[in-house]
Amino acid sequence: MKVDEIFTFGDKFYKMKTDLYQHHDYYGVDELLTEEHKLIRDSVRAWVKKDLSPIIEDYAQKSEFPKQIIPGLAEIGAFGPYIPEEYGGQGLDQISYGIIMQELERCDSGVRSCASVQSSLVMYPIWKYGSEQQKKKFLPKLASGEFIGCFGLTEPDHGSNPGGMLTNFKDMGDHYLLNGAKLWITNSPIADVAVVWAKNEEGRVHGLLVEKGMEGFTAPEIHDKWSLRASITGELVFDNVKVPKENLLPGRSGLGAPLSCLDSARYGIAWGVIGAALDCYDSALRYSKERIQFDVPIASFQLTQKKLAEMITEITKAQLLTWRLGVLRNEGKATSAQISMAKRNNVDMALKIAREARQIHGGMGITGEYPIMRHMMNLESVITYEGTHDVHLLITGLDITGLSAFRNDGK
Amino acid sequence: MKILVCISKAPDTTTKITFKDNDTHFNKDGVQFIINPYDEWYALVRGLELKEAAGSGSVTVINVGTAENDPVIRKALAIGADDAVRIDSEDKDPFNVAKQIADYAKDKGYDMILTGKETIDYNGSQIGGMIAEFLNLPYISQASKLDVNGNIATVIRDIQGGKEVLEVEGAFVLGAAKGMAEARIPNMRGIMAARTKPLNVVPSTAGEDLTEIKSYSLPPAKAACKYVSADNPGELLDLLKNEAKVL
Repeated sequence: MKVDEIFTFGDKFYKMKTDLYQHHDYYGVDELLTEEHKLIRDSVRAWVKKDLSPIIEDYAQKSEFPKQIIPGLAEIGAFGPYIPEEYGGQGLDQISYGIIMQELERCDSGVRSCASVQSSLVMYPIWKYGSEQQKKKFLPKLASGEFIGCFGLTEPDHGSNPGGMLTNFKDMGDHYLLNGAKLWITNSPIADVAVVWAKNEEGRVHGLLVEKGMEGFTAPEIHDKWSLRASITGELVFDNVKVPKENLLPGRSGLGAPLSCLDSARYGIAWGVIGAALDCYDSALRYSKERIQFDVPIASFQLTQKKLAEMITEITKAQLLTWRLGVLRNEGKATSAQISMAKRNNVDMALKIAREARQIHGGMGITGEYPIMRHMMNLESVITYEGTHDVHLLITGLDITGLSAFRNDGK
Repeated sequence: MKILVCISKAPDTTTKITFKDNDTHFNKDGVQFIINPYDEWYALVRGLELKEAAGSGSVTVINVGTAENDPVIRKALAIGADDAVRIDSEDKDPFNVAKQIADYAKDKGYDMILTGKETIDYNGSQIGGMIAEFLNLPYISQASKLDVNGNIATVIRDIQGGKEVLEVEGAFVLGAAKGMAEARIPNMRGIMAARTKPLNVVPSTAGEDLTEIKSYSLPPAKAACKYVSADNPGELLDLLKNEAKVL
C-alpha cells in the first residue's frame, strides 16, 4: 500500500492508499465456480479496491467504522445475498455469499463482520423464523442498508454457554417486558433493530426484535479494542423494555434457533478469513521479492520460501475445503459440525499466516503501511467469536465420538 | 437514442504473456479475459450515460467471437447494456471483424456506434475507422468527451499540445479514449438482471481473412537501473553516448 492522497470527510483528514492485491488460485479453484460467481467476485473486488481499501487503514487506526460504505455494501450485495428477491435480497446461492464475504475480509475482517451480522444473524433469522409482516417490514430495509441490524446472544457471563443466559422477558398481556444485557455485539451502537435471544417465564429461548428508540433500550459502544477497529462493537442493555407482541419471532424457539444463525455466520467466516490470509500472503510475496538483504531478495532464502510455500499450501487446502462446504450447503446437507471444522481450520490458518507474513515484512510488518498487523489483530477476535477455537474442536470431538466434552460436571 | 457499443475481450492487464506452437499463437491457458477497458470504461459507460440522460433509447453491445466470449458480454449486460449481439466467428482479422459488425449494423438505424480507441492486446485501432467506412459514416478517433444535443454531437479530441472540438450531425462512429466517462462496477442488481437480458448469437458473415499473424515475440527484458553519482556528470554523458547510444 502507498499513500496516494489525503481526503476530508466531515472535519477529519483521511489518508488514501492504493491496493496492490492480486488474487492467488494455485489449484485453479476458479474452474469450480460459475461465470456468475466470478462476475460477482470480480465486481465485489473492484468495489473493495475502489471504495474500501483506500480508506480502511486510516479508519482502523482511528478506530472508526466508515459508515459511508453502507450504501456501497448494499449495492454489491453484501447484505443478505441469499435472501429471496421478494424481500429485497438477491436470491443467490451459498457460494456467492461465501465469495462476497471473502472479498470483504480480504480488505478487513471488521467490514466483513458488519456484513456477516447483517446477513446471517439478522436477516437470516427474520427470513427463517419471522412472520410475513416482520419479513416485509425489516428485510427490504436491511437489504438496502437503510437499516442496520445486530444480534444479541452472548452475555457478559455467558459466551460459550449461551444456554445459561439471564436475559428474560415476561408476558404482560398486551406486550412483553424485556430485561437483561448482551455483550460483544457487532453493529449494536448503530443498529436500528436488534435480534435478541431471551428466555420466557418457562426458561424457553425466543427471538425478539428490539427496535432503536424503545424505552429502556440502550446500546453503549465498547471502546479501546485492539481488534476489529474498523467495525463498531457494543452492548445491548434492556431495562424494562416494553416489546410489542408482534416483535416476537414466531417460527422457532429454543437454543437451536440462534445456533442455526451461527451456522450461517460461521460458514461465511470460513470463506471470509481465506481473504485475510490471501491478503497477507500476497503482501508477503510481493515484499519478499522487493526487499533486498545480503544483496539478494529475501524471497531467495530458504526460510522465507518455507514460509511462503506453506502459506499458499494452507490457503489452497482451505479454498478446496470451503468450496466443498459451499456445495454441501447449497444442497442443504452441510452439518453444523462440518461448518465448525471449516471455521476452526480456516481462522487458525489465516491467523498463522498473518503471523508468518508479519515476520517476512520485518519491522515494516508492524506498521499501517502494510495490512498485516491489522489482519492479525482482527483475526484474534475472529478465532474467538462465533464459537471459540476450542469449542469448535469439541464440536468435532462430540460429532466423531458421540461423547460431549463441553462440561466436566457430569450434566 | 439507439446506441451500438462494440466490445472486444483482452487479457487481464496482469497476465503473464506466453506463446505456443513455435511462437505462432498466443497461449490462452490460464489467462483471465476482461472487456477491453477502452470499450468498457469509456464507450459503454458513456453510451449508458447518454441513454440515461435522454430518458429513453437502448444500448446494445456487439462482439465478434466464439462462445468463450459470453462471460465478458454478460459483464457488459451487468454494467447496464440492454441487450447483446455476438457474431459467431473467430475474431482474428480486423477487416473481418469490422465488416461483420457493419453488416449487422447497416439496417438497424443506430444513432451512434461507439468503440474503444483501441484494444489493449493488439492495439490495432482499426475497427472504428473501418466500420465507419463500410457504413459511409463519419469517424472520430481518440475522443475524450462526447455530448449530444438533438441531432448534433459535440466531441472533444485530445491532440498534440491541446484539444480539438468537433461537431457532427447525424449518425457517426467514435473511438473513445480516457476521460470520456468513469468506469462503473456492476452492482448486484445489474448482475441479477444480466441473467435474463438477451444475448443474441447471429451467424458469421466473415469472408477470407486479409491478415494473418506469423509469429510473436516478447519485448526485450528491461535492463537494470544504473546509478551515477551526482558528482560525476562526465560518467553519465559517457554512458548515454557510448552505452545507451542516445546522444
